[in-house]
Amino acid sequence: MSMPFYVAPEQVMKDRADYARKGIARGRALVAMRYVDGIAIVAENSSETLRKISEIYDRIAFAGVGRYNEFDQLRVAGVRAADLKGFQYSRDDVDARSLANQYAQILGQIFTHEMKPLEVEILVAEVGQAPAGDQMFHIQYDGTVFDHKDHTVLGGDADAILGRLTESYAADLDVGGAVRTGVAALAGPERTLPPGDLEVALLARGNGRRCFRRLADDEVAALLPSSD
Amino acid sequence: MAMPIFTPGDDPGSSFPELLRRIGAFAPNALAANGASANALDVPHATTCVAMRYADGVVIAGDRRATAGNLISHRAMEKVVEADRYSGVAIAGAAGPAMDMIKLFQLQLEHYEKVEGTALSLEGKANQLSMMIRGNLQAAMMGLAVVPIFAGYDERRGRGRLWDYDVTGGRYEEREYVATGSGSLHAGTVVKLGWRPDLDRNTAIDLACRALWEAADADSATGGPDALRGIYPIVATITGEGWARVDDAELAERYERIALSLRENAAQ
Repeated sequence: MSMPFYVAPEQVMKDRADYARKGIARGRALVAMRYVDGIAIVAENSSETLRKISEIYDRIAFAGVGRYNEFDQLRVAGVRAADLKGFQYSRDDVDARSLANQYAQILGQIFTHEMKPLEVEILVAEVGQAPAGDQMFHIQYDGTVFDHKDHTVLGGDADAILGRLTESYAADLDVGGAVRTGVAALAGPERTLPPGDLEVALLARGNGRRCFRRLADDEVAALLPSSD
Repeated sequence: MAMPIFTPGDDPGSSFPELLRRIGAFAPNALAANGASANALDVPHATTCVAMRYADGVVIAGDRRATAGNLISHRAMEKVVEADRYSGVAIAGAAGPAMDMIKLFQLQLEHYEKVEGTALSLEGKANQLSMMIRGNLQAAMMGLAVVPIFAGYDERRGRGRLWDYDVTGGRYEEREYVATGSGSLHAGTVVKLGWRPDLDRNTAIDLACRALWEAADADSATGGPDALRGIYPIVATITGEGWARVDDAELAERYERIALSLRENAAQ
């Protein structure tokens, strides 16, 4: 009988974390922030069809960075969990905190027990009835959950982007202000991002039952400073 | 409740009823399983609904009364509901299973849209409803029939479309108008006489109001406009702009006009 080589658990965890971080760092980032009427999520994404940001429930949105197939599987699981809960109890009982906890369980479980961790970071955002109820949960590849009040960044180069975002973020931005702030933080001083390379969605308080709304390229273009 | 995650080969896809079955939460037709007859239970029944095509899309309308035997059990039931942005359902039949069916149907359309990232086609939605009615067949045989109308705006074809159903889930697309429920004979006749291709919004809504009025006049299970309580039928239009319910103030005014014209006729 052959004995497997001994590898210290610290080393295993570190290797997995490095592996996941490397995968995530390759992808492009997204930012989310509160604006006066809800939450705006801006992602750098040149695809028109493979989405990073999507709707989970009436007041809840999902955003993911990293490996598309992995966060998309988590997205669908979230839609299912939310719809089932709303069906079995009430629409009012579906909340972001509980979803975030479930996501954290899954990611944590996979991180410790599977060969390969998920190379994703996800965001679960909920817009409250009043601004005080807005919530953003940022969940990492190992199941660590962060609860952010105003703004957050996911994906590659997050530290630099977060620095820029924290600097320019103000408490009561309007939609245009939030989108411009987000795009500027993503782009940095050297680049400009055209609307075609952006994916923008809002959780807007005044949008009726389903608060989630995707902005089309021309709507985004109208919000950005004109480049000519 | 654990988050439902499936292996690729076992995935229920974008179907919500299938997901319910997969997690074991689907218990359809508990009544039918017991072999109870609905006739002995006196469950509330909902009645007359009409829908018709007009120039911009469709008008869909239904009265508010639910009856259990000879008694009125609800005066303000909402039998005409928005299924999603571009479609609506009107139901006649046993109220309990019908409301459940509508709830599941609405959820299925939304679930599909969220999972797939695009909405079902209008025909796809009509087909989904058909399967749900077929699933209710056993209960229907025992008196708990649900017979809806499905109406919506087909974005791909740029026009309104209508379907009616039978208890077996049979799905029939209609080109002009549909009426269902106990007062459907009267309501359908009124619409039949007044319907023209390319009606405008105003005429189409008036015609729907008049149809429900005549149904209420001749059928005891259909409720008329109730000015005393401020309860009016539900009338909605579905066009390229989506679902829009006609508000009660506008309906009150229209019924006022209908009553006035009837009084004038009687005076002559």
